[in-house]
Amino acid sequence: MADENGKQTEMESRPWHQTVTLLLVSLRLAALVATSTAAGLMAFNKETKTVTVAVVGTNPILQSFTAAFQQTPAFVYFVLANAIASLYNLLVMLLRPCLKNRGRQVLVHLLDMVVFALVVTGAAAAASMAELGKNGNKYARWNPICDRFEAFCIRGGVALVAAFIGAVLLLLMNALSVVGLTCKNVTSNNN
Amino acid sequence: METVLPLPTLQISTATYNLTGMAKVLRVFFLLLRLLAVAATLCAVVIMATSHDSTTVFGITLEAKFQHTPALVFFVVANGIAFIYSLIVLFVPSTSLLSRSIIVFDVILAMLLTAAIAAAGAMAQLGKKGNSHAGWFPICDRVPNFCDHVMGAMICGCVAVITFLLIVLYDIHQVLSPKFP
Repeated sequence: MADENGKQTEMESRPWHQTVTLLLVSLRLAALVATSTAAGLMAFNKETKTVTVAVVGTNPILQSFTAAFQQTPAFVYFVLANAIASLYNLLVMLLRPCLKNRGRQVLVHLLDMVVFALVVTGAAAAASMAELGKNGNKYARWNPICDRFEAFCIRGGVALVAAFIGAVLLLLMNALSVVGLTCKNVTSNNN
Repeated sequence: METVLPLPTLQISTATYNLTGMAKVLRVFFLLLRLLAVAATLCAVVIMATSHDSTTVFGITLEAKFQHTPALVFFVVANGIAFIYSLIVLFVPSTSLLSRSIIVFDVILAMLLTAAIAAAGAMAQLGKKGNSHAGWFPICDRVPNFCDHVMGAMICGCVAVITFLLIVLYDIHQVLSPKFP
């Protein structure tokens, strides 16, 4: 009698469980795309401007100024965090057949939270730097740089937006995997 | 069946299930963690809000306040929200409906606090080291009192973040336990 009941509840929850699993996989794929876009776009973010500083006789003296992501530790952390997040998501998607075990699913959920925290902190730090680069801080005599390096700022902005989208997707994925874990809780009790 | 733990001001009632010894110890430990979260967020808010320094360079007075930097304002606001939330949660009994919402809000606030400390950390690193490529000079040698206050607030913020993350771990443990209501 208990076996029949157990099997019945398992079959009842199966279509919902399949929907949750499908949603999780698609969210993970979308988060992979978003974080890898953010990391790649910021990693190739570099702009050089050559300006005539002085004129000696008839020869102009040129000096080139470079804006690159390596110059700001916040952007370096941003690239690293998004790269780690995209590699982790790729790894989890490739290793999905090995992760049927409940213990391993809990581990994946905990690592998901760690990776989400990484992406959120990277995006927050890069956002504060971007705001400073755009508006400057007149009290500290820090001039904005976005009026001079427009392409650098635009690329950085797009990378930041992609990272925020990836963070939202990772948050939804975390919430959904908690739902998936509790739903499995019901079926494993009856087994 | 109700189990009442002998704490002076807070009454914990487990209306739906009976707690074993280990679960009681864990519950008391995480109640203490919530108290620590209240203290840490309050310290972060107060120390950052009282950071104010000024210096005179060539007759011009330069003031350093936390309101001048949006990232530090965000830090103060986030820790303020976390402080009020932690206070409210201390006085909520563990009934089944509210405890689920508390788990959701715990996660949301933990992430808010991590974002706040990341943004404040980026600003603090810039204030200390500057950015020679952008022509931004460090300010900490001129306004050391301000920088010390910001550092103290960030240490309290770090403690608050770690405490909130531990509370989130305990919430996950509760959600995954077979006796979850």
